[in-house]
Amino acid sequence: METKILISGNEALGEAAVQAGCKAYFGYPITPQNELTAYMSRRMLEENRVFVQAESELAAINMVLGAAASGVRTMTTSSSPGISLMQEGLSYMAGDELPCVVANIARGGPGLGNIAGSQSDYFQSVKGGGHGDYNLIVIAPATVQEMFDFTFTAFNLADKYRTPVIILADGYLGQMMEPAILQKKEITNFPKNWALTGAKGRKPNVINSMYLAEGALEKHNQKLQEKFRKIKKELCLVEEISTVDAEVILIAYGTASRICKSVARKLREKNIRAGLIRPITLWPFPTETIKQSASHAKFFLTIEMSAGQMVEDVRLAVEDKVPVYFYGRMGGGIPEEEKIIEIIEAKL
Amino acid sequence: MEKKLGLPKSMKDVITHYCPGCGHGVIHRILAEVIDELGIKEITIGIAPVGCAVLAYDYLDMDMAEAPHGRTPAVATGIKRVQPDKIVFTYQGDGDLAAIGTGEIVHTAARGENITTIFVNNAVYGMTGGQMAPTTLLKQKTDTTPFGREAKYAGFPIRVPEMLKSLEGTVYLARETVISPKNIITLKKYIRKAFDTQIKKMGFSLVEVLSPCPTNMKLSPIQSYDWVAKNMVPYYPLGEIKDLTK
Repeated sequence: METKILISGNEALGEAAVQAGCKAYFGYPITPQNELTAYMSRRMLEENRVFVQAESELAAINMVLGAAASGVRTMTTSSSPGISLMQEGLSYMAGDELPCVVANIARGGPGLGNIAGSQSDYFQSVKGGGHGDYNLIVIAPATVQEMFDFTFTAFNLADKYRTPVIILADGYLGQMMEPAILQKKEITNFPKNWALTGAKGRKPNVINSMYLAEGALEKHNQKLQEKFRKIKKELCLVEEISTVDAEVILIAYGTASRICKSVARKLREKNIRAGLIRPITLWPFPTETIKQSASHAKFFLTIEMSAGQMVEDVRLAVEDKVPVYFYGRMGGGIPEEEKIIEIIEAKL
Repeated sequence: MEKKLGLPKSMKDVITHYCPGCGHGVIHRILAEVIDELGIKEITIGIAPVGCAVLAYDYLDMDMAEAPHGRTPAVATGIKRVQPDKIVFTYQGDGDLAAIGTGEIVHTAARGENITTIFVNNAVYGMTGGQMAPTTLLKQKTDTTPFGREAKYAGFPIRVPEMLKSLEGTVYLARETVISPKNIITLKKYIRKAFDTQIKKMGFSLVEVLSPCPTNMKLSPIQSYDWVAKNMVPYYPLGEIKDLTK
């Protein structure tokens, strides 16, 4: 399929999962990602694969755990309140070192919030989310095309590092329709000799996260931390636009980055040297890219559809060398271009 | 004449952490014997619960997974759906299955997942030190019902197979106990039938086992066996509660 077609972000993500070899999908209805579960209910059966509508998000993530333990590519998708319910399972899977893909088509919170797109699940996504010391790889698409492309990246990374990978999008990205090319991307396979397939001709495999013997859990954690350091060293996806000579650097991801791209262009037309850093992996975070830009920028402005979450990681990267300002909208609000330009002009 | 049974192939030659008189050891052994007799050890995948039996994977010699508390049947569903030709069982306690995991067991049964559940009911939370379980009997004293369980405050004990019976996805439901050799022989027959149900791809099967917990019942092993006979068996009647295998 090399021709461009008009498709929603939710459906593009679902189609990518099918093409990336997802053998089992488990889901539970929640707005604004229902198109995805509905799409999978049809496509997975067409492909003679597994689709189960679970009784809850708790069950869905644990069905994912079981399928992942069996050694197949597996995915669940949900939106913010449902993702909260999945945190228990994700913590276990981090401890178990099981690969899977979880897409969060995020909506406004806290609580039941609303069904508009939001970026207020940043902390939950990049700081672990459940109990215990762990991080999950987090990828943030900004277009329908990227909803498709990054799903392949997510499955490959999950298998490579034996970890759940979060695709953090939002309700706008999930529901908007854009032209996209749904061309199959590269799939990298990794041996899964740890999988539970029946102990025939080998010693039994056990998938567990509990270590009771003295010192055993610390040792297990050290192993996990070693893996997280390795991921940090090897993985960082970031897009930079006109940052080389920029005096003003906008930092935004996902939907907010689309607005900032337009803002940066408009500022250049006004002879203001503006640039944009768009983190694509939110964990690992592009700390080095931001740190380097701090040497020539007058200030940074972080734009989020939240009360200000990623801005904390930006500040850690900038290390107080230059000011880091923030502008955000909450509860489904979208940052306006005019307002962002006004803030920047006032700070210059 | 002395007859030594030896260790089932499906059990590891290790000492378990279970307390003296605990039913888990006997139930593990019966399970292992059945798996040996059916010749399914190499295609069987078990899921251990949160509770005293969490370490079942240290004793049963086969592929096993640990599940978050109560999510055991959901993990089993994930495994079985992608490997329909493997034999999948969950081993769950009363807290795991009938309290925190009620949603999972009911819907796994309702979907008619072709798995087998061994449900160990000892009327108490064992691992956490003897709190009230969903199957704790009325008037029974526990750490969290110091004056005895009163329906007014703590509701009524749940009869799980009877509750699941109405679900069309359930094929075989039975209840036995480990308190006498006679009961153990019947229990083994039930567990074998439950696995047979799965091998024949007929649907969901569950065997509840009334099991003594002398430590938390604060009784000697022998007294705890008597307690199960006198108090649990009348409330939780033994036998095959649903059998659509014929």
